[in-house]
Amino acid sequence: MHLAYPAVLSALLFCTGLYGVLARRNAILVLMSVELMLNAVNLNLVAFDIWLSKAAEETLHSGQALTLFTIAIAAAEIGIGLAIVLAVYRNRGTSDIDKLRDTAEGHESGTPAADEKAEATA
Amino acid sequence: MTLAASHGFLSPTGVEIAFLLVGLATFGAALVTVTTRQLVHAALWLVVTLGGLAVEYLLLTAEFIAWVQVLIYVGSVVVLLLFGLMLTKAPIGRSPDADSGNRWAALTVALAAAATLVWVVVDAFRTTWIDLDGPAEGSTRATGESLFQNWVLPFEALSVLLLAALVGAIVLSRKARADADEAGRARPNAGKADTDQADKEGAR
Repeated sequence: MHLAYPAVLSALLFCTGLYGVLARRNAILVLMSVELMLNAVNLNLVAFDIWLSKAAEETLHSGQALTLFTIAIAAAEIGIGLAIVLAVYRNRGTSDIDKLRDTAEGHESGTPAADEKAEATA
Repeated sequence: MTLAASHGFLSPTGVEIAFLLVGLATFGAALVTVTTRQLVHAALWLVVTLGGLAVEYLLLTAEFIAWVQVLIYVGSVVVLLLFGLMLTKAPIGRSPDADSGNRWAALTVALAAAATLVWVVVDAFRTTWIDLDGPAEGSTRATGESLFQNWVLPFEALSVLLLAALVGAIVLSRKARADADEAGRARPNAGKADTDQADKEGAR
């Protein structure tokens, strides 16, 4: 198989995820886009590992081992991320990341109550 | 590589054609995932994307990764995402504010990155072929041998990381529950949501 096929597919999927992370407003949709980017990286790792396993004399299969590690870390990330999103939703009543601007600079309208909530969320 | 001599640019093999077709479906599903305005549909199209990637792993002879992908991503991550959508009371129908205001800037950045990456990758690997013949390099035996001979210590460290993530998710849910008990008699569902999330994390 031509190595460009998996590499190009991986690049396109990564850029799709990049668009999703930048353009989406709901925090859970952003997490989905992050998963897309991680999966693109996984495809790259697997394809290059298969290529190098045939090309090199002996190999550690590091690409596939790293893919398994990435999958496990992505599972941990999605668990923690959803817990944070749910905590934010419970405190604020929204999961819209455009409205979470408490730490933005040049934006001094934070009331004490909002600051307390920000600390509780953090 | 010497393999390059025996391959033509315009004579794709069956594996390449299958990879291309599944790749088109995967990429299309990914595009729908990031552009649809119905939040639950986005999660369901994500299932198609992740399943298509599992098929791509199978075509690349990495069977163990493919089944791990199906088990963990399609089986648990998407279910967690759907739980998250449900617990944040995501609207069922079309939500007009799914995309933020900077979507054109995001589109520009993504298209520029895609053009650059595809150009570089195609230019760099124009004459490189993966040899898929012979014994599968990604069989469960090969993956297991490399994982438990060369990667044992990172593997064990990873289990510690998973434990830490588990405890962290439970702590996040518990702390929020104490707040909800004080503040939220008005919203009795909040405590139940905590329990659901904690159970979900515990099951994982």
